[in-house]
Amino acid sequence: MTHFLSSAWEFAKQVPYTEPWRLLLFLVCMLAFVGLNAAYLVWVERKGAGRFQRRPGPTEVGPAGLLQPIADAAKLMSKQLIVPAGADSTLFRVAPLLMMSPALMSLAVIPFGPHLAAANINVGLLMIFAFGSINVMAIMLGGWSSRNKYAIISAARVVSQNVAYEIPMLLVVTTMIMISGTMNLNEIVQQQAGAFWNWNVFRVWINPLMPVTFLIFFTCMLAETNRAPFDMAEAESELVAGAYTEYAGMGFGVFFMAEYANILLGCALGTALFLGGWQSPLWILPGVVWFLIKMYILVFTVVWIRWTFPRTQFYGLLNLSWKILIPVSLFTLVLSSAMMKLLRA
Amino acid sequence: MKNALKEFFTGFNSLVTGMRITLGQFFKPTVTVQYPHESLKIPKRFRGHIELVRDPATGIAKCFVCKLCEKACPSDCITVEGIKPEGARRKTVTYYRLDFTKCSLCGSCVEACRDGAIRFSREFNLASTNKEDYVMDLFKRLESETLQAERADGKVAPVSSPAPMAGTAAAAVAPAPPAPTPPQPAAPNAPPPAPASPA
Repeated sequence: MTHFLSSAWEFAKQVPYTEPWRLLLFLVCMLAFVGLNAAYLVWVERKGAGRFQRRPGPTEVGPAGLLQPIADAAKLMSKQLIVPAGADSTLFRVAPLLMMSPALMSLAVIPFGPHLAAANINVGLLMIFAFGSINVMAIMLGGWSSRNKYAIISAARVVSQNVAYEIPMLLVVTTMIMISGTMNLNEIVQQQAGAFWNWNVFRVWINPLMPVTFLIFFTCMLAETNRAPFDMAEAESELVAGAYTEYAGMGFGVFFMAEYANILLGCALGTALFLGGWQSPLWILPGVVWFLIKMYILVFTVVWIRWTFPRTQFYGLLNLSWKILIPVSLFTLVLSSAMMKLLRA
Repeated sequence: MKNALKEFFTGFNSLVTGMRITLGQFFKPTVTVQYPHESLKIPKRFRGHIELVRDPATGIAKCFVCKLCEKACPSDCITVEGIKPEGARRKTVTYYRLDFTKCSLCGSCVEACRDGAIRFSREFNLASTNKEDYVMDLFKRLESETLQAERADGKVAPVSSPAPMAGTAAAAVAPAPPAPTPPQPAAPNAPPPAPASPA
């Protein structure tokens, strides 16, 4: 025992003194950021839905309905978390946490500003995609463990949908890694310095299909986060609430928040990879502000798309992925590698 | 191949068109009427339940209890009672019961009325959980309107009552006026002026 304690102390002395505080700071800030964003993205979603349909959206709770998320959270927290009879209660309780935690962990490597990232590691992109695939498992476990036919159908759909869209997503990201030569997100952003035409979306001299690559990335991001028009996981008109049918109270609340956290993560990643991250196009305002502006424009687009398009049918969704997105993203991969070989080497 | 490409581009174009349309709607003003806080203007010809018409010259109800409306009503919703005040040339209504639970708003009573003494009100907000609320005494309703109008004008209530209220106590619950004598500009027993006389 004493041996263990002394060796632990020896280990702790080697860790830089600031490291635990940094971790704590990251945890507190990320939880606050994700929590507030998830809550207020719901508000943005409802307000946006209203305006797209020429309604005012929530107005009653607080000025312009601004206290609505707090009221919703209070309602969800005051509800009982019911585990249905015959359900696998451990998995049933673990599934929402499994969905929330990868999103939180992945946000650690997002460079919000030149020096504002919780962990500036060299395999940032890899880490995001490694954790991103836990998501699918979380939804599947949630659906499977709740012992409900709709939930299981939805879980099966989510798996096939996410497998289908993981491939073009990874092909696109591979293209980006090839072009930038690094998986460190901060370095990728630094490479896009200069005016806005140096952002990866507009760098057509590297690959003329760059805007298409961004569109593929965005579409896959929508599908991976199970957003309309690819919301097969929820499909409220056919599957009640999909994988979340049996969840009540905060169990559902955590799933709901995790969805928005994933949207946030996807938009942040899109900003860093394609829209120049914290690079300012106008030489005013600090980089963090520009990062947030670009990210929220993407978030708005996500809401905009949801309230424009109806849900695709399942074969349509798979057709889009296997027949269009995967061939096109493969083509961009080959094209950009060929151009790199010809132009740079 | 050519067809596939054409399908792809028309499909993509339709997506962009859809997004442009929704964004256009996003920036237009909202059209919601926040109902409990605001409501639409009720059209002039809206047919609510019937109400008694006041004679502008005398300030009392035009109705002289001919009971034509009672007879015209296909579902027997209307019961009218009245008295003939001393020295008056015609009867005055004292009790006008409308059973709105049976009324189908056909308007036969309004058509049958010879003197235009009843008309459709523009009352639409009639929700209640109590069936008795729909058996209404239109005469009392007219009286309470008078009272409210006079109160709003700040006039002081005179002493006399336009018509005895006897026999109407069983009618619908009305807020008890603090002064039991609704103010009337005209003397109660004075004969109505010529234009209001029965044909």
